[in-house]
Amino acid sequence: MSENSFSWLDPFRSVDLGIAENADGIKQWAIGNRDVIQPVKNFFNSLIVSTEQLLLSVPPTVMIVILTLIAWQAAGRRVAIIVLFCLVVLGMLDPNAWSLAMTTLAIVASSVVLCFILGLPLGILAGKSDKFQAFLRPVLDTMQTIPAFVYLVPVVMLIGIGNVSGVIVTIVFALPPLIRLTSLGIRGVDPSVVEAARAFGANPLQNLYKVELPLATPTILAGVNQTIMLSLSMVVIASMISVKGLGNEVLRAMGRLDAGKALVGGLGIVILAVVLDRITQGMGQTGRERGHRHWWEGGPVGIAVKIIRRNKSSSP
Amino acid sequence: MRKGSSSSAEVVIDCKNLWKIFGEKASEAIAAVREQKLSKVEIRDRFDCIVGVQDASFQVGRGEVFCIMGLSGSGKSTLIRHVNRLIEPTHGQILIEGIDVNALSATQLRSMRAEKIGMVFQNMALMPHRTVRDNVVFSLEIRGIDKEERNRVALNAIDAVDLNGWDACYPDELSGGMQQRVGLARAIAADPAILLMDEPFSALDPLIRRQLQDKFMSLSEEMHKTTLFITHDLDEAIRIGDRIAIMKDGALVQVGTPEEIVTNPADDYVADFVAGISKLELVSAAKIMEPLGHFRQRRGEDPKEDWPEARPDYSLDELVDLSIATQHPIVIKADGKPIGIVTKNALLRGIQGKADESPTLETGAGQ
Repeated sequence: MSENSFSWLDPFRSVDLGIAENADGIKQWAIGNRDVIQPVKNFFNSLIVSTEQLLLSVPPTVMIVILTLIAWQAAGRRVAIIVLFCLVVLGMLDPNAWSLAMTTLAIVASSVVLCFILGLPLGILAGKSDKFQAFLRPVLDTMQTIPAFVYLVPVVMLIGIGNVSGVIVTIVFALPPLIRLTSLGIRGVDPSVVEAARAFGANPLQNLYKVELPLATPTILAGVNQTIMLSLSMVVIASMISVKGLGNEVLRAMGRLDAGKALVGGLGIVILAVVLDRITQGMGQTGRERGHRHWWEGGPVGIAVKIIRRNKSSSP
Repeated sequence: MRKGSSSSAEVVIDCKNLWKIFGEKASEAIAAVREQKLSKVEIRDRFDCIVGVQDASFQVGRGEVFCIMGLSGSGKSTLIRHVNRLIEPTHGQILIEGIDVNALSATQLRSMRAEKIGMVFQNMALMPHRTVRDNVVFSLEIRGIDKEERNRVALNAIDAVDLNGWDACYPDELSGGMQQRVGLARAIAADPAILLMDEPFSALDPLIRRQLQDKFMSLSEEMHKTTLFITHDLDEAIRIGDRIAIMKDGALVQVGTPEEIVTNPADDYVADFVAGISKLELVSAAKIMEPLGHFRQRRGEDPKEDWPEARPDYSLDELVDLSIATQHPIVIKADGKPIGIVTKNALLRGIQGKADESPTLETGAGQ
């Protein structure tokens, strides 16, 4: 019996739709369209590089103070102390660790900003429309579960190696939770409050900005937090397409079976993750959960405000 | 006493043959209903549709407080949401000051909601991320009124509901009763002509409910707003309403003044409701008195000089006070002339809510 004849017991052996061969055609398409893609790539690349240079230009001590103050403002004194401790440990891991961490931070920050710009509107749409949600769900499932290596090659074919491809690969993996949680947040808003807003004459846009988005903010920020965590988990894979930073250290150490260097890179990623996680989780809490009414009444800004007020009242 | 029925006053809310049927085949169902007079169950079986409101018609006059009383699931919350078109009717019309609400464009509807109609919700529905002040002036903010004016309006409205000093607080810092006062302040802030109250006091404990009812009644007296008030509590409807509509299974069973409803229930359903209601404040002497001629014929005597006297609009409560002081029947006089007699038996039966059968028996025998 020939191998390709049809059999009811093993029907798939004789069927060949040629999906793999056809999908490979994307390579030709990418090569054909290089002229269109390159300017876009260069634009995003310059954004990422200037972010990186900005972060690297700040001396580590100053950066630690800034990040600690941000943590204090966003999440309170306890978190600020944790962040300060983590950042000092990060710097002491290796003489190069700090600059590598800043490079990684630049990539992660770029990815997260782009995720937010893409994810928030998509999440709002998915929260509003059941149809769109039903359409988006399998797409998001695919983005989260498909192995990164599958889209690594086409992305490199399309755009070439480097930061921009690294950011794209990161976005594919890190975007879904933001969309999901934004949709969940919008759907979780008390319908009676939305009805009240309608009853007092709010139009759909006012309803979104004045009621739904503010009430969904904690959930949306939880989504941002997850996106940051997933972006960080992609840095090693992104380093395979020539993205610098802590991930690259881990990849190179793996190639050389250098356990010590891998540990330095790995710990650096973990510490960066802890710092970013604590700060964004703190943002998800409202100021009132920490005992003051407005965000500017607590933290370093609160102290500054108090000092300014005291000076005003004491001077005639 | 109560303001009279508003038949002569200007009609502000005019609801005409309103139907609401929920379900995918609502339009087929409504056509079938209007041709064949199907029952709720038949509509559910044949079209898989739920009837929310069936053929409701009523009018509310300027300044009147119109209560809609019904048990949960009777469609009263659905009905009130048609007035500001939070729900679209399947059939019928709602006119507000002569304007068909369902013919308005989206923009016109929104400005009508913001300027003409204030609404209070059973579950308060305050915005937890806004301070009391920002909640109260939400409708003004929507209309783009500047901050200075908003603050002025907010302080007035907050003052009207006795919440001075709480304007910078958030709703979750307030008790349930205070939250609902914020809800009330929000509804009156834009000085709307119409108030829609959807079971505003049902979620509160009895003492606070009573306080808020009093507060609402004094505000209502003062501001003279046309009010549609939904409740499941007949006592509340009687206390607050100038007129009451009893709603059952989406239909208005009876519309009338509290006295009409209590003394003259339209069917057994309404009768069951009013059975437990105290008649002392509601029923007037005119309702239970025996006509003077009738009394003369039965007893063969004229009212004496020393019998206590009352006007026809005296409540049973006032008649009891008079009756306790004497053994004699009470003479009811209108314009100084005696028109009827209330005997002790008739008074006791009146309090019970039954007719005094003794005179009818005797006259029946005499004829």
